Amino acid sequence: MGRAIVITSGKGGVGKTTATANLGTALAMAGRKVALVDADVGLRNLDLVMGLESRVVYTSMDVIEGKCDLFKALVPDRRVPNLKLLAASQKAKKEDISPEQMREICKKLKEEFDYVLIDSPAGIERGFRNAVAGADEAIVITTPEVAAVRDADRVIGLLQAEGITEIKLIINRLAPRMVKKGDMLSQEDVVEILSVELLGIVPEDKNILISTNRGFPVTLNMKSAAAEAFRRIARRLEGEEVDFSDLIENGGFFDKLRKLFSRNGKE
Amino acid sequence: MIIDRIIRFLKREPLSKEVAKNRLKLVIIQDRLGVEPDIVDVLKDEIIGVLTKYFEIDTDQVDVSLHREEGSVALVASIPILSMKERLRGKAAQNR
Repeated sequence: MGRAIVITSGKGGVGKTTATANLGTALAMAGRKVALVDADVGLRNLDLVMGLESRVVYTSMDVIEGKCDLFKALVPDRRVPNLKLLAASQKAKKEDISPEQMREICKKLKEEFDYVLIDSPAGIERGFRNAVAGADEAIVITTPEVAAVRDADRVIGLLQAEGITEIKLIINRLAPRMVKKGDMLSQEDVVEILSVELLGIVPEDKNILISTNRGFPVTLNMKSAAAEAFRRIARRLEGEEVDFSDLIENGGFFDKLRKLFSRNGKE
Repeated sequence: MIIDRIIRFLKREPLSKEVAKNRLKLVIIQDRLGVEPDIVDVLKDEIIGVLTKYFEIDTDQVDVSLHREEGSVALVASIPILSMKERLRGKAAQNR
């Protein structure tokens, strides 16, 4: 039996879809069987971020209406074995799917896959409740900005009310140099405010935009800071103890220089 | 950029992230409890009102605020007491 994890945020635009795509890719590359579920009915984007938009034939709506078998509706990612996507309908409305139907889909997927990652829509209305319905655990994404952190807290409260106790946090788009100057909330600040377990920190990285433009998750084949961060998060999900990368320490050029000198000084 | 930092230091401006953190902590407590932002100030005045019947207190140094720890909210008050009221001190002596 696999794990169904909803990836959610409260505020939009903080990186839920990117995180879902990259975490799924990282887990599949590590040999796990992964199903990605786009729960953002009417505003689907996971297919586009994954670069699978031209291959989507059936959606979760077709499965619910009985037009297609669930496993036939999954789009296999040809670049990574064992990575599949269940797209959301672009025409349907959020009310067309019930929490019970989502729960049923996730239950069936969990029997076949190690991980079922559910990409939640922004907001806290019906779409959110659908996305959460089939999940056993939750990953809350925030950026180190006041509006995103406030909405993350709101969502954490709602997840707890839905009976989800396993809630972990990813801080996305952290800019180490700004943190160092005291102009951005640090990971410690955000964790202190939200008091949930930290799963990972993803640094601000322009490679995310570049790779998304090209239709492949940055984790797939790029050596970038964000890709490394998602790989680490995947390992932590697997239960491995991975130290939190010294993002702040390795910030700028001068830090590297200073480190180099201090190392020479010791030897 | 260094100039900015010097100016900030001279102006004694707090770091923007500290301002963000304090604002967030407060607003999150308000969101969770569903309390109005000014309720803490009203409460503070009332607490001072009660306490001044018994003690001489340093009203400028009074700090009443809501804090969140491990998911629960606590009302934390720091109230410096200068001395006991004269009349009460007399009463205590009589009782002895």
